[in-house]
Amino acid sequence: MLHLTTGRVGCLLSKQAVVALTGSGARMSSHGHHEVSDSVDMSQPMYWDRLDTPLPDRPWKDVLDSTDKSLKQKEKGPWTALSKEEKIALYRLKFNHTYPEMKRPSHEWKTVIGGMFIFFGITGLVVFWQGHYVYPPQPHTFGEEWQAKQIQRMLDMRINPIEGFSAQWDYKNKQWK
Amino acid sequence: MSLAKPAMRGLLGKRLRFHLPIAFALSLVAAAAFKYGVTEPRKQAYADFYKQYDTTKEFNNMRDAGVFESVRTTGE
Repeated sequence: MLHLTTGRVGCLLSKQAVVALTGSGARMSSHGHHEVSDSVDMSQPMYWDRLDTPLPDRPWKDVLDSTDKSLKQKEKGPWTALSKEEKIALYRLKFNHTYPEMKRPSHEWKTVIGGMFIFFGITGLVVFWQGHYVYPPQPHTFGEEWQAKQIQRMLDMRINPIEGFSAQWDYKNKQWK
Repeated sequence: MSLAKPAMRGLLGKRLRFHLPIAFALSLVAAAAFKYGVTEPRKQAYADFYKQYDTTKEFNNMRDAGVFESVRTTGE
C-alpha cells in the first residue's frame, strides 16, 4: 500500500524522482538484505532507472545464482565469445529497464487532465457561491442609465477619435458605424 | 547485433546550425508582419485623420457638448 502511494506521489513530482521515494519492493530485486519496513538503507550503493544518469552505483542483480556467476566468469574473457542471448542476459543482470522501457508512455495524463477539470469545477462552484454571498452591491456607476450617459460623454470628448472609441461613431448620423 | 555508433559529438552545433537560421528568418518575418500589418496602417490612419481635421470645428462641437470646464458653452 505504501509502495502504491509513494509511486503515485512520485508520478506527480517527476518520473525520475520516483526512485528516491519508492523504497524496497520493485527496486530491490534479489537483494541480499531483509528489511522490516519499506525504507531504503541510504548507506548502501543504490540502483536507479534514470534517463539522465545512466550508470547506477550498483548493478540490478546483486545476488547471483550459479548460472549467473558462471556467466559473469565468461564475461571476463573475450566478449566475442559471448552469444547474443548471453550478452542480453548480462545486460539484464546489470540493468532493470532499458531506455525505451523507461520512456514507455503511461496513462498518467488522463489523471492529470481529470484532476485539473475536477478542480476547475470546484473552483467554479466556489466562485459562484462567492458572487452570491460575498460580493457587496455593485457601484451605481454600473447601472444602465449611468453607462449610457458615460458613453455619450466619452463621445463628446472625442475619446480615441482616430482608431479607437470615437472612430466607431458616426457623428453625422448619430449612430455606430 | 551490431548497430551503428550513435553521434557522440557536435550535437549542439548540429541543432544550432539547423534551428538558428530558421529562428532568424521567423523573427524577421514577425517583425515585417508587424510593421506592415500594424504600424504602417496606423501611421496612414493618423495621416488621413489629420488631413481633413478642422480644429476649430471640433473644438466648438466639444464645447457645445459641455465637456470643458474652462470654456463655457456658446450662448451662455
